[in-house]
Order: sequence, then C-alpha cells, then structure tokens
Amino acid sequence: MSSVKVPVEKFRLGMLLGDTRYRSTTVQVIAFIIFVTVAFWLVDNTIKNLALLGKDVDFSYLWMRAGYDINQRLIPYTNDSTHGRAALVGILNTLLVAFIGCIIATVLGVFVGILRLSKNWIVAKLMSVYIEGFRNIPVLLWIVMIFALLTEFTPAPKAFRGADPEASMVLFQSIAITNRGAYFPSPVWGDGSMYLLIIFVISLVAILFFRRYARNLQEETGKSLPKFWISLGIFFIPTIVLYFILGSPVTLEYPYLKGFNFKDGIYVRNSFIALTLALSLYTSAFIAEIVRSGILAISKGQTEAASSLGLRPGRIMNLIILPQALRVIVPPMISNYLNLTKNSSLAIAVGYMDVRGTLGGITLNQTGRELESMLLLMGFYLCVSLIVSAIINYFNRSFQIKGL
Amino acid sequence: MKKSLFLSVAAIVGFTAGVAAAGTLDDTMARGHVKCGVSTGSPGFSGVDDSGKNVGFDVDYCRALAAAIFNDPMAVKFTPLSSSVRFTALASGEVDILARNTTWTYSRDTDLKQTFLGVTYYDGQGFMVKTALGVSSTLELDGATICIQVGTTTELNLADYFKANGMSYEPLPTSDNSESKQQYLAGACDAYTTDASALHGTRINMEVPGDHMVLPEIVSKEPLGPLVRHGDDQWADIGRWVLNALVIAEEKGITAGNIDSFADTKDAEIHRLLGTGDDDMMAMMGMPKAGMYNAIKHVGNYGEIFERNLGASSGINIERGVNNSWTNGGILYSPPFR
Repeated sequence: MSSVKVPVEKFRLGMLLGDTRYRSTTVQVIAFIIFVTVAFWLVDNTIKNLALLGKDVDFSYLWMRAGYDINQRLIPYTNDSTHGRAALVGILNTLLVAFIGCIIATVLGVFVGILRLSKNWIVAKLMSVYIEGFRNIPVLLWIVMIFALLTEFTPAPKAFRGADPEASMVLFQSIAITNRGAYFPSPVWGDGSMYLLIIFVISLVAILFFRRYARNLQEETGKSLPKFWISLGIFFIPTIVLYFILGSPVTLEYPYLKGFNFKDGIYVRNSFIALTLALSLYTSAFIAEIVRSGILAISKGQTEAASSLGLRPGRIMNLIILPQALRVIVPPMISNYLNLTKNSSLAIAVGYMDVRGTLGGITLNQTGRELESMLLLMGFYLCVSLIVSAIINYFNRSFQIKGL
Repeated sequence: MKKSLFLSVAAIVGFTAGVAAAGTLDDTMARGHVKCGVSTGSPGFSGVDDSGKNVGFDVDYCRALAAAIFNDPMAVKFTPLSSSVRFTALASGEVDILARNTTWTYSRDTDLKQTFLGVTYYDGQGFMVKTALGVSSTLELDGATICIQVGTTTELNLADYFKANGMSYEPLPTSDNSESKQQYLAGACDAYTTDASALHGTRINMEVPGDHMVLPEIVSKEPLGPLVRHGDDQWADIGRWVLNALVIAEEKGITAGNIDSFADTKDAEIHRLLGTGDDDMMAMMGMPKAGMYNAIKHVGNYGEIFERNLGASSGINIERGVNNSWTNGGILYSPPFR
C-alpha cells in the first residue's frame, strides 16, 4: 500500500455528496439538524400551548396531602400521606406483581416448554393447546375473566357466618377463600424467633459451602454425593430442631370473621390474584415457546452422545441440554420479563392499585397534573426496564461460551 | 433515551393542545353544532334511549344550549367521557362544554383552570346497601368493603367521612358506574357509594329494586353543574345564562307548551328573557335575539327537564327537595335577567 502514492486532492464542496467518503457523514448531519429542529418545534409548541391553557409544569403536588385511601399497601400509608408516597405505594405494588409474575411465568413456562416436546402425544397436544390458547388471546381479557371468575364463583364473607355456614375455610380451617380475596394465616414472631432466623441464614450458607465441597469432591475423585437430599436436610433440620428447643416461638395467627370481613391473617386481594395469575399464564406461554426453541436448537447428537454414555433422560435434560439451551433462551427472556412488567399497568381493569392506578390514576385525576404524572410514569417504567435488562444481561454473559 | 421519552410526550401534547382559547361561539357557529361532554351512562343524567337518541338531565341542558344558538336542540355532538378523562377532554378542546354530573370544587375551579357555570343539581354522596345486610345507617359500616369509582370527589369524601367517625373501610376501586354495580351485585363489596342521585337511578334499574336501599345519610355537598375551560368569558356567559334562563322560566311559570301565550305579558323581564320586547338583550352575548325563547320552546324549563328525566314520570322518582325554585322552598335562585 505504501508504495502507491495517493494523490492529495483538494477538498471541494461537491464532494460532500459525490464522494462516498463524506456522503454518509453529510446525510447524518442533515438528519440530525432536521431531528433537532422538529424536536425544538415540538417542545416549544408544547410549552406555548400549555402556557396558553394557563398550565405550568410543576411537580410540587407530589408533596401535598393525597386524601385518598389505597387498599393494598406494602409500606405505611394513610390518606394524610403525600401524593409522592401514594406513588411509592403504587410503585411497590407494581414491582410486587412483576416480581411474583416473572417467577411463576418462568417456572410454568420452562415446565410447559419441555412438556410440549414430550413423546407422549396427549401431553404434547395439551401443552400446545395451553400455549396457543394463552398467547393468542389478549392479556386484558384473561385478567378480566379470571377476576370475574374469582368474584362470581367464590362465596361472600357472610357465607362463612352462622352455626351451619354455606362455606367453610379450607386446609384445616386456616385459609378463607372469599369473593374479595383469600385470607391466609400470618406468622407471629415471638421471643427467640431472632435466633431461629439466624440459624436459618447459617443453614443457607452451609448449603452453599456443602455444594462447593461436593463439586470439588466429584471433580477430584469422581465420587458423587446425593447433593439434593443433603441440601434439603441442611435446609430444614437445624431450624426445625431449634424451633422445638425454643418452644415454638413462631405461631400462626388465623383469620377470623368479624363484622363485614375477615380480620387478621394475610389478605391477598382478588385483584392481585387475577392480575398476577393472568400475567404469568400469558407470559408463560411465550416463555414455553422460547424454551422449546432453545432445546430444539441443541443438536440431537448431544442427546444421543449422552445416552451412549449411559445417562438417564432426566439427567441428560438437566446436565447436557438445558445448560446449552440457556444460551439461546436467556436473551429473548428479557423482553418477556419486560413485557410482563409493562403489561402490569393493565391493573386498572380490576382496580389493583399499581403505580398506574395511584400516580397515573387517582393522583392525576385529583390534581389534574397529566403531563407531570405521565412523565413520571414513563420515567419509572423506563428505569425498571433498563434495570431488569441490565441484570439479565449480566447473567446472560455468564451463560455464554467464554472467549467467543 | 431520556430525550426521546420527553419528546414523545411533548409530541402528544403539542399536537392536541393547539386549540384557540377564545372565540368558542364563533367556532361553534361555523361548525354548526355544540360539542358537549356527557357521562358514559348515569341513569337519568345521561344515557341513550331505545331509538338511539341521547337523553337525560345533563343531555337536555346541552340541547337547550344548542337550541339557544341554532334554534335546533339536535345540533349537539355528544361525547361520552369517563370521570378520569373529562377534564383533559375539555382542556384539549375535544368538547367545548362539560355537562357530566361534575362536582364544583375549589381546586377544580382554580387549579384545573375550569369555569363552573352554576349548579344544575344539588347532590350529596350517599351509600347503597342490600336490605339483606341489615344495616340502617352508614355509621354501622365500620370495616366494610366499599365500591367506589376512581378519580371522583366521592373518593376523598369517603376517606374524610370514615376518618371523622373513627371507622375503617376497605376501598374497592372501579372504573365506572356499571363496573361498580356489577361488583356490588356479586357481593365483592358491601356498599356502593356515589352521588345519591346516581344511586337512586342505579337502584331503579336493578332487577328487584326493593332488595336494595339508599342509606339516609348524605355525607357531602356535591353541587353538580356544567363547566367550560378558562379563557373564553363570552362562552362561559352563554352557558351560565342559558342555565339561569331555564330556572327563571320555571319561576315565571313559562313552559314549552305555554311560552307563546307570554307574547303580550306585562312582565318586562319575560320580554327581555324571551326577546319578545324591543330590547335585544342577547346581542350582549353575541347570540340570536330569540335564543332563550328557542331553548325553552324546544327543551322546556328547569322543572320540566327535571320531571322528564329524574321525577316521577321517569321512574327514578327523585324528590325535588332543595332542587326546587326558591319560590317553592328550594334553593334554585337565578340572578335577574336585566
């Protein structure tokens, strides 16, 4: 190359378009100028028109008294709290649905995805029906339908009343399922429950150490310990033994009917159940397809090679196929988790007070600050989505083949 | 990302907010119809009859306004609005007047930049329960689950009332009247709260109205009235005085049927009101001289509108109560038409 003398050409204006070296830069600069102009016009127009309507952009309403009540609160909140705190209550409710929904959707999705590949014709077809049924019907309809089923076909609290009630609590009289939600017994932390917690945490750490020991043992000597059963033992036995030594410090408080509703216990509202269930079932259908495609992406030779080594089908799936399939499965999972999180804003259909219901619903209505509330909402969903994808991308890197 | 986020919001507002703040009457006349926002369905106030025609107390007010401007009560385009989008629709110019059983409050008047034109119906928040519940007062509702429409003043009143009486409750938020009714009927809530007028209307449409009762306590003041956005005083004056004209007409005994018999009355105010005298009072608002005459001729006076939509002949059977002319022991009192 160096032997060829490149003629030094003087720069001419026409080269901006005619010369391929400059053309793309020129186009980009022009596109950028157009973009900025349009953006400026939009912002300017918005500000002018808002001023014309006598509306200013002001976030101070977040520090004013909200005045309304929210039924499901994960942090203390009364109608004397601020709109900002109401938004926070909503945010936590959104995150709760998203978190639990993602877990259920993943477990169900992996399960269904694997079963759809089953050699058992009936099982495979049933799973196909499940997947096609859930992913081809809008999730809003599932939410409304599950909510309607829960409301219409479960007994009202007053059906539990009287000497010979129409309805009774299930599972040793501990859980009440009503048309307003389910009431579960709640734990009461008595004296000494702190020690119990400490021992439990120590057991968890012990399990981690044990598993590392077992892995090293297997790599050095080839000896395989029954990891699952020993872990299970460490998980339960020390805590249970201590529980009885300390004289049952943790007791259960059962829900009971008083007045119009059940009192005490943990109250899981129908709106929450309907929303979480519908979102998880819907998303699990998509996840199942991703899992299936991931498994099919692994060549059949891998399975055959593993069976020729004498591995049983269950171990082949767990040790050979799934770890490789994860590379294909994890990236598209992100978008499904994000979809689930964003779809949770449909909560308003069943009156679940998520952030769309508090900040984007009641607060927006009572204060009339549409633009501000919507900006905050969009900012919130954007942040959550970016954080979720950052976390999963981090995990994703650890699954990929190193050095490629 | 942050930037494009802001821009997309800006785009939405930027494109929709380009409404003229003044000259609503001119725009309306050029368009040929009034843009009126009503509720999505509140028995007696706004609904659709068997032939698909909009009917109701709020609907009739807009028809009177249209009759005053165009001499045609049908020259109205009705937009059904949920309680949560109504103010946005008005502010953005999607509708020019909102007659949607909306409570007149301080913050809506000032902070939301709306102008309330008066009170068409003095209402108050009440509670409906099933008679089988065995409750006879709202004070017995401690611990109850209560259905409530989100984004309404009733939500705030409810919180205040229960707090003032040292009671607790569990709110069950719903998006509109029909969803509240469905939840209430399914027993998902013990009581349903909203404006008493709407409760009466909902109750009468139940399969067995006798199974439900509206509790006697009224826990708030809910003066309902039409409103327009800030910035066009002429338009606000027109809306306000059409309402006043309907009230004055009842006070003077002018009905749709007998209005022509007042052509040679000795009462000067009637001549001013109906435009049958020499003075063209309506010109002060830029309206046709016979505007109020047309409104009353086509739609009737306040009492007729009330009777047709909410009174005994409607089946809803709400008492006039305070919503009666001051000459009949009510509190409807219009400033003089002078």
